[in-house]
Amino acid sequence: MSDIKAATLEYATRLGDDSVVLGHRISEWVSYGPFLEEDIAYGNVSLDYIGRARMFYTYAAELADDGRDEDDFAFMRNDREYRNLLLMEMPKGDFAYSQVRQLFADVYYTVLLPELLQSKDETLSAIAAKAIKETKYHLRRSRDWVLRLGDGTEESHKRTQKAVDQLWGYTHELFDMDETEQLLADEGIGVDVSKLRDAWFKMVSDILTEATLTVPEDSWAVRGGRTGYHTENLGHMLTEMQIVHRSHPGCKW
Amino acid sequence: MNEISLMPEEQYQRLQQRNAEDVKELWNLLDQVKDPEVPVLSIWDLGILRNIERDGERIVVTITPTYSGCPAMDNISSDVTEALNSAGYSDVSIKTSLSPAWSSEWMSAEGRRKLRNYGIAPPEDAELDEDGLTPDAHAQCPHCQSRNTRRVSEFGSTACKALFQCNDCNEPFDYFKKI
Repeated sequence: MSDIKAATLEYATRLGDDSVVLGHRISEWVSYGPFLEEDIAYGNVSLDYIGRARMFYTYAAELADDGRDEDDFAFMRNDREYRNLLLMEMPKGDFAYSQVRQLFADVYYTVLLPELLQSKDETLSAIAAKAIKETKYHLRRSRDWVLRLGDGTEESHKRTQKAVDQLWGYTHELFDMDETEQLLADEGIGVDVSKLRDAWFKMVSDILTEATLTVPEDSWAVRGGRTGYHTENLGHMLTEMQIVHRSHPGCKW
Repeated sequence: MNEISLMPEEQYQRLQQRNAEDVKELWNLLDQVKDPEVPVLSIWDLGILRNIERDGERIVVTITPTYSGCPAMDNISSDVTEALNSAGYSDVSIKTSLSPAWSSEWMSAEGRRKLRNYGIAPPEDAELDEDGLTPDAHAQCPHCQSRNTRRVSEFGSTACKALFQCNDCNEPFDYFKKI
């Protein structure tokens, strides 16, 4: 396998991991939403992410060409083999926490996907084209909720600010580059995420400010997702996500 | 006549493709495959059915998902295979194509009419907001045709729909989002 093909396989897996982990976290709200419509919204957004993961994994499996399929990527790898960003694996927390994480992720995809659309790799570009349309709807929802909660009651403001402060340190990793991603960025296949931080920061801080929330200082950062070093949360999540598939290998329904 | 409806370029191209002689009967045959979530619409009406080709004995059908996570795709694949099998085509292969990304523009005029009769407002029955997204009011009620309606939820019973309620007849209804 050429270096570029191997890097593309790794890249598609990373993007798939981000999507499936966040998609699963969002799905944990289904039947716990504050009201029916919100519950359905969570189900919808979750499906969009799981759908993205399927497309990325299917592509990764095609590149790997070793007999594995999308399910093997999702269900047969352990936490240390997962390469998702830590932000995506944080537990769902309270409603404010989930919406703030969603805002950070939605703005991230809002700046990332138009770049991925320009990829020379046709499949990555096609996945981006589909995802861009969905992300517009996702962002409108998370933005509206953060505005409403931040500029809401004393309690909702307090919880939303707390979520912002707790999650901020996990956002730096979103803009890290390593050799693999640099190689792909140089080839016009991957996105140079280090160039996206300013645009992300501008959008996020505008929304937080409008929501009467304080944009945190950059005082701490946690990293490691892209190299397989995760918080303890991912392992617990994966056991739940993978148990059915591992208990009944090859089962289809 | 109230209005002269213009056919978008995409739909015209699709019709041309459908009328190509060699597999015309297969396009007609697959009209019986309906979307499992909106059973009045065929996969042709929705624009999910992208292409049918004959490759020797094999029939290759290309479909595209509406939304990334559309759970109906597996169902649709097996329904297409079944329809072709029972018409005597045993060698069927289903391809999923992602590009170009599905657009609600691809929905046929007939599909839009059927959707409305079924109680779902098609994309053009609402004026989009400045971001090009579903507005928070005034999608036309498919039951009483009132414009005095409000959006209840951005996300409806499926990924492709938003939920509205009519302030005049009080009926809730789905609105098929424009993407």
